[in-house]
Amino acid sequence: MKSKQLAWLIRRHGIEMTHLSGGSHIGAIMSVADIIAVLYADILNFDPNNPKKDTRDRFILSKGHAGAAIYAALAESGFFDTEELKTHYRNGSRLSGHVSHHVPGVDFSTGSLGHGLSAAAGMALAAKQDKKEHKNYVVIGDGECNEGSVWEAALFAVHFGLDNLVCIVDHNHMQSLDTCENVISTTPLSGIWQSFGWNVIEIDGNDHAQCYEALKNGTVKGKPTVIIANTVKGKGISYMENDLLWHYRFPHDGWEYDTAVTELHNNKPDGVTDPYTPNGIENPVTPDENADIYNDHTMSATHKPTWFTKEKEQ
Amino acid sequence: MRDTFFKTLTELATENKNIEVVTGDLGFGVLKPFWETHPDQIINAGIAEQNLTSVAAGMALEGKIVFTYSIGNFPTLRCLEQIRNDCAYHNADVKIICVGGGFVYGSLGMSHHATEDIAVMRSLPNVTVLCPGDLVEAEAVTRAIAKYPGTCYVRLGRGGEKKIHESLPDFEIGKAIPVKSGQKVAIFSTGAIFEEVDEACSVLENSGITPTVYTFPTVKPIDKEVIRNVSETHEIIVTCEEHNLSGGFGSAVAEVLAELPSHARLLRIGMNDEYSTLVGDQKYLRDQYGMSGKKIATKILCEVK
Repeated sequence: MKSKQLAWLIRRHGIEMTHLSGGSHIGAIMSVADIIAVLYADILNFDPNNPKKDTRDRFILSKGHAGAAIYAALAESGFFDTEELKTHYRNGSRLSGHVSHHVPGVDFSTGSLGHGLSAAAGMALAAKQDKKEHKNYVVIGDGECNEGSVWEAALFAVHFGLDNLVCIVDHNHMQSLDTCENVISTTPLSGIWQSFGWNVIEIDGNDHAQCYEALKNGTVKGKPTVIIANTVKGKGISYMENDLLWHYRFPHDGWEYDTAVTELHNNKPDGVTDPYTPNGIENPVTPDENADIYNDHTMSATHKPTWFTKEKEQ
Repeated sequence: MRDTFFKTLTELATENKNIEVVTGDLGFGVLKPFWETHPDQIINAGIAEQNLTSVAAGMALEGKIVFTYSIGNFPTLRCLEQIRNDCAYHNADVKIICVGGGFVYGSLGMSHHATEDIAVMRSLPNVTVLCPGDLVEAEAVTRAIAKYPGTCYVRLGRGGEKKIHESLPDFEIGKAIPVKSGQKVAIFSTGAIFEEVDEACSVLENSGITPTVYTFPTVKPIDKEVIRNVSETHEIIVTCEEHNLSGGFGSAVAEVLAELPSHARLLRIGMNDEYSTLVGDQKYLRDQYGMSGKKIATKILCEVK
């Protein structure tokens, strides 16, 4: 499958999975979809019939809240039936909201931020010791970079020259309550990683050609590589893009679901079948005048402390 | 105890190249022989216990048997969630080694007193908790955990502990070890506090009481059978630990006793749910907080009357 097709399916599954389950984090699922799609379509070496094969590349989604994206990619890559995706969040399901290693193809459970890069560094170090050739990939969030343990791991990976480790930062510029800039600024993110000694590549993380080029040819000898993937939170659905509301809200019945599906169908790559609404939605409901669209849901929009204003540099 | 641990681990690491030590920049003086003889089997991860613990989990999932090493509360409380999510939940073969259980680093202050570690580690599913009481137990524990798959927590004393056992050829994780056979009173001891228990026994024996004594090098899984049998044949069970009473070894014993239809009375000796605020060495602090041999004996004598 081509990465563009896989990315579309991840987004379509993501919409359906959150819609059916009332699950959150669709914004993060959409921002990371292209990175995951390029990894699973073009980069990672794996065997769905032998998920623990020793020569496979290791992959950790450290921002575990975007778990639906991984589950969709694994199902579409043959690790389990895509039908199971509908059980996401359900009683008795394997597919928890955050990534679980009880699912075939998942190397490491996550959900608490700031663990994945360290674990991947441990895997990379063990691979070096045992002279194994596979690579170790980890996707972290930009909000996750608030966690001190990320920077403990960043120092560690450089110190031990883990050039078999590739960290991709899904830099969608938003975190739980606000934009990253307004919460704890890590600007310039690439400069910080550079100062820690990493090989830094900055790309448009929703552009497949750039993702592919960085992942395929971006690594260097002697140090770990970080790909700062600038993405758009909620990418692909106009009313979700850059709106914090969609870190939490799931596409409800009515205009929310219908608009999301319709917009995806307007950009459907050739050779892909929508498993849920093969022909799109006939007469989709459109947003009415009371729809909560294009409103600013960030904390800073309404939180104005008296003692502190963030002075912008001139 | 610390030296015995590393001596044993050095032997084991020679036999098994998958054994790795990851230190949090600690072990001056004791780790040198290990890194000189096994340079490829030790990593200094720096003063960064969260990263260290997740790194250990990652290495373990790749087939290594990883011993993380630090002192006091640093290898446990500082990185508790990494132990829970990354080690225990994944059943990763990580052995968390703490030197300095209780008041080992007495004069260094409260930050260095490990007095809640047993309780916290014991509450985590998939974590085996071990507190050897002398050098012989320390060696047996080290050998046993190296063969035992899964996450373990080992709380070591620092050194100079009195010898309890001549040898332990039948050591098993989860089994208490009989030390003395007596009547009426039974004392269960875990970890290095045994030397105080031993002193308490001398006082008790001079007062005409001959207690039964067991050491519990494993706190989790706790030896239910010994607790049950001793409860049936004794009036009072006394637990001794250099640790807070809340949730620790005494609590583990209490949980077993409480579920029996009837049971012996329980006297728990340890820190009475407080932080140590005094300055002093291990012996001094044990005495101040009621865990010296004399004070243990006095508490037991009060209970027996």
